[in-house]
Amino acid sequence: MTTAELTDQPNALSNHPRNPGIPLDPAMFEGRAVNRSAAERRAATLTTRRSVKKTHQAAWLVNAIRCIDLTTLAGDDTEGRVQRLCAKARQPLAPRILDGLGIAEMGLTTGAVCVYPTMVPHAVKALRGTNIPVASVATGFPAGLMPLNLRLEEIRWTVDQGADEIDIVITREHVLKRDWAALYDEVAAMREACGQAHLKAILATGDIATLRNVYAASMVAMQAGADFIKTSTGKEGVNATLPVSLTMVRALRDYGDATGHRVGFKPAGGMKSAKDALAWQYLMKEELGNDWLQPDLFRLGASSMLGDIERQLEHHVTGRYAAAHRHSLA
Amino acid sequence: MNTITDILATMDYGKAPEDSAIVRDWLKKNEAGFGHFINGRFTAPGETFEVLSPASNEVLGRVTQGSADDVDAAVKAARKAQPGWAALSGHERAKYLYAIARHVQQHSRFLAVLESLDNGKPIRESRDADVPLVARHFYHHAGWAELLEDELPGTAPHGVCGQIIPWNFPLLMLAWKVAPALAAGNTVVLKPAEYTPLTALAFAEIAAEVGLPKGVLNIVTGDGRTGASIVAHEGLDKIAFTGSTEVGRRIRRETAGTGKSLTLELGGKSPFVVFADADLDAAIEGVVDAIWFNAGQVCCAGARVLVAESVAKRFEELLEKRMRQLRVGDPLDKNTDMGAIVHPVQLDRIRGLVAQGVKEGAELVQGDAPEGCFFPPTIAMKVEPASTLATEEIFGPVATVTTFRTPEDAVALANNTRYGLAASIWSENVNLCLDIAAQLKAGVVWINCTNVFDAGAGFGGYRESGFGREGGREGMMAYLTHPKPKAKRPEAAPEAPVGQPGAAANGTGIDRTAKFYIGGKQARPDSGYAYPVQGGSGPVGLAGLGNRKDIRNAVEAAHKAKGWGKATGHNRAQVLYYVAENLSARATEFEARLVSFGASKSAARTEVETAIRRTFWYAAQADKFDGAVHQTKSAHVTLAMHEPLGVMGIACPTAQPLLGFVSLVLPAIAMGNAVVALPSQTHPLAATDLYQVFDTSDLPGGVVNIVAGERDALAKTLAEHDDVAGIWYFGTEEGGRMIEEASAGNLKQSWVEDGAARDWTGRDGQGRGFLHRATQIKNIWVPYGE
Repeated sequence: MTTAELTDQPNALSNHPRNPGIPLDPAMFEGRAVNRSAAERRAATLTTRRSVKKTHQAAWLVNAIRCIDLTTLAGDDTEGRVQRLCAKARQPLAPRILDGLGIAEMGLTTGAVCVYPTMVPHAVKALRGTNIPVASVATGFPAGLMPLNLRLEEIRWTVDQGADEIDIVITREHVLKRDWAALYDEVAAMREACGQAHLKAILATGDIATLRNVYAASMVAMQAGADFIKTSTGKEGVNATLPVSLTMVRALRDYGDATGHRVGFKPAGGMKSAKDALAWQYLMKEELGNDWLQPDLFRLGASSMLGDIERQLEHHVTGRYAAAHRHSLA
Repeated sequence: MNTITDILATMDYGKAPEDSAIVRDWLKKNEAGFGHFINGRFTAPGETFEVLSPASNEVLGRVTQGSADDVDAAVKAARKAQPGWAALSGHERAKYLYAIARHVQQHSRFLAVLESLDNGKPIRESRDADVPLVARHFYHHAGWAELLEDELPGTAPHGVCGQIIPWNFPLLMLAWKVAPALAAGNTVVLKPAEYTPLTALAFAEIAAEVGLPKGVLNIVTGDGRTGASIVAHEGLDKIAFTGSTEVGRRIRRETAGTGKSLTLELGGKSPFVVFADADLDAAIEGVVDAIWFNAGQVCCAGARVLVAESVAKRFEELLEKRMRQLRVGDPLDKNTDMGAIVHPVQLDRIRGLVAQGVKEGAELVQGDAPEGCFFPPTIAMKVEPASTLATEEIFGPVATVTTFRTPEDAVALANNTRYGLAASIWSENVNLCLDIAAQLKAGVVWINCTNVFDAGAGFGGYRESGFGREGGREGMMAYLTHPKPKAKRPEAAPEAPVGQPGAAANGTGIDRTAKFYIGGKQARPDSGYAYPVQGGSGPVGLAGLGNRKDIRNAVEAAHKAKGWGKATGHNRAQVLYYVAENLSARATEFEARLVSFGASKSAARTEVETAIRRTFWYAAQADKFDGAVHQTKSAHVTLAMHEPLGVMGIACPTAQPLLGFVSLVLPAIAMGNAVVALPSQTHPLAATDLYQVFDTSDLPGGVVNIVAGERDALAKTLAEHDDVAGIWYFGTEEGGRMIEEASAGNLKQSWVEDGAARDWTGRDGQGRGFLHRATQIKNIWVPYGE
């Protein structure tokens, strides 16, 4: 199946056509200025200009849950660990909290679960009967420094195991050496290997360091057909930050304005609190609008964040501050 | 009732109201009305007027209309307290200012909520900008009080300061005025704006809470009439005003000749220049901070957006999109980006100007605003430089957008204004940014940022945006004075020059004709008349009788000497050393000239020798009187650059005709100014002789221009001249008053002194004070980080 044929086949959770990509067009990003100081200023006021309180806050936190890629990416992951994670994805909030919020009938789940490739079969099994997609980090995650044919094979294998979404890592060297053609070819090949599965391109923004690199890499990944662009692996020194995210969503907006194609955004790593969940949602709403608050265009790559959200929501329901040990583990 | 699922469908923010109960309780306690804060306590309310919350139109309280008697009582209290306050050690004053800073922080939410209620600005701004900056200002100035003797030796406070502040940043402007004044040892009578007096009254309570000695800070409320009483009060030593250029001009006229020191922080129409290589998203967020911050009710608002034609389309698209995200409404809602306009009077003014702009062809793009005292965020496209919207300060949320082609074009458009308060420049090219920053006529230049403030940097304008700085070392200078030299006998008005042939001249040499010196050339007086110059025993020669047209020509010539201000200090120093060398070579000739005027031989020798030494001193300073890098915010370089005023008029005293001239003209040109000098009216020939020295010293034409004649008449023409940036007048008291009044036209900086006050041969005759007067400080903010 070619990339073009895939375009009009939305997956289970998506209600818009996939980004088919375009030929590499460096004019869309080369020389594009990103002023770090200004990005930091804007990022700093995102959370001071906007605030959600009471029921609105509860709703926004529920929305965040819908967008969470509940993740475990550890060397000691096991089938049991993945089962527990999937149980939490199916039932992210205790029934008493769902009742209290009046959303028991809503069928709230997380946006996806995200695991290593060999854990995919366990996740698929654990999520059978739900619409929760299984995402997996293929392509030699996290460094990605293995031969391309093996990485492509890893994608195909993982998709065969039932993964709906593949979070790929890019070769940072291509960005650091500004070899945009190599980066484009790599992501395009991975997109093809994904087939029906959605491709989420992890740009390793902590490694590529400058916001100009972040903008350029975002644009190349989208041109090569990424369905999502994602900040980081969670393994870098610096992971998702608001200035980096701001730069990526602006690239995404510019790509959309130029081509008409919609691409999703996934910040990942380092976001631990309910407050973070709100901050990133403000960013999406302010810069891109409500469509990018839906799980088909927005995901939060997180693990411990859900626990904090659950505590906040219980407080909302009961008026008492909550304790983590009274909530089920992820 | 919103259910979770309803909200999930819309993802609205909902309301996030800031609780105002504690502040409302305070207002209720004071519902009988506020009096003034005089001599450490509140007076009983007098004749009161309502204070409204512009967002809701509710009455927040009543304050007293200050009468002339109230002002007088406040000035008396301040006067009584001043010697004791100034006599405290810097450390003691620092402790009070530190305590104020601490208490402002501890009451920060109270002050923010009160400010937003009273002024209509969003709580986000009062909470995150105004009040933290207030605390920062008091901390910073606690430091200046502590360090005064070490860092600014030889200075003294003015005495009692009258301070009048505007309604756009009520508490912050109070801090900008009060903190440096108190740090320097002044005491204060402050009038907050009648629309927004409440935080000043709350601040008075804080002053009482920290035990500030009574009479040090006095607050009198009222409208413009109360302000006029302050300006007119004879017991004040300094007036500091922030507000409109129109009122500033009036204050300049009214204080002329009173000896009151004056600083003015006035209006602006600041350019916001976006080059093609800028980060457009960054620049657009800059526009949000520039013109929609405080609903554009900001004197330094970047109101004129100038954008490179090549990126204008995308820029306008993105700007409009961003504007539509702004939320206008309840100032106490944490989701509000833009609150109310301060008062219906201002709203009407904004509406009127915008309607006029539309009539002139502007096309508007506007966001939404609720009913009431609100104005929507507005972008006005197709605004030409002649349009009302491009020239008038709107003081509302209205940005104009104009395109430019080249950097040169951008500078021309940016400087095409009467004002000179601020500017911002957006480009990723550091060469371009700094080149443009140097060329813009503005006291504050922000590179890739805008409306960034810190107590450690100076803020204040060029041109008709006023004079004086607030913040940093330069801000402290505005509240300090060097002991003023005083004449035993004030300079008497010289006899009017008579353009008629008179008694026989002394001397037997070949007749020498002293002409004017304009644009590096000798020029005959336009009038065609000459007047006799008296020596010790009868006339010693003739001098041209200058008139308005000679001044006009001289100012034009001075403007042509543009390269001088851009030359390196080293280049200027070389020329000045050369002047000294040539003056020295002709020392005997100059001595003879002075003797012919009636000076003793030894006095003449001293005058010439001092002139030579002084020329060396200013040559030495030419490349050393440099600026500073201020300590402000992290990841910012804040450069305080000394820039020349431009074209200056200098009216010299009658006595010591060579040394008086050299002592005033040399510091001015050492700093890069071009000068139109009026030499001693009675003995101009010592100065006109100098032009031969200038000619042989490679001084570029137009840097010094000399026009002789009736000093006061010529000085008045200079003072009134709209294209002269500063004037120094050393002459009579009446002349000084006339100069200060006439300088109000373009609000040029003036320095007026009794011509007999200084002994030019002594220490008073030179110093850094002259260089400060010959320069203005431009603060350039450069954030960094990649």
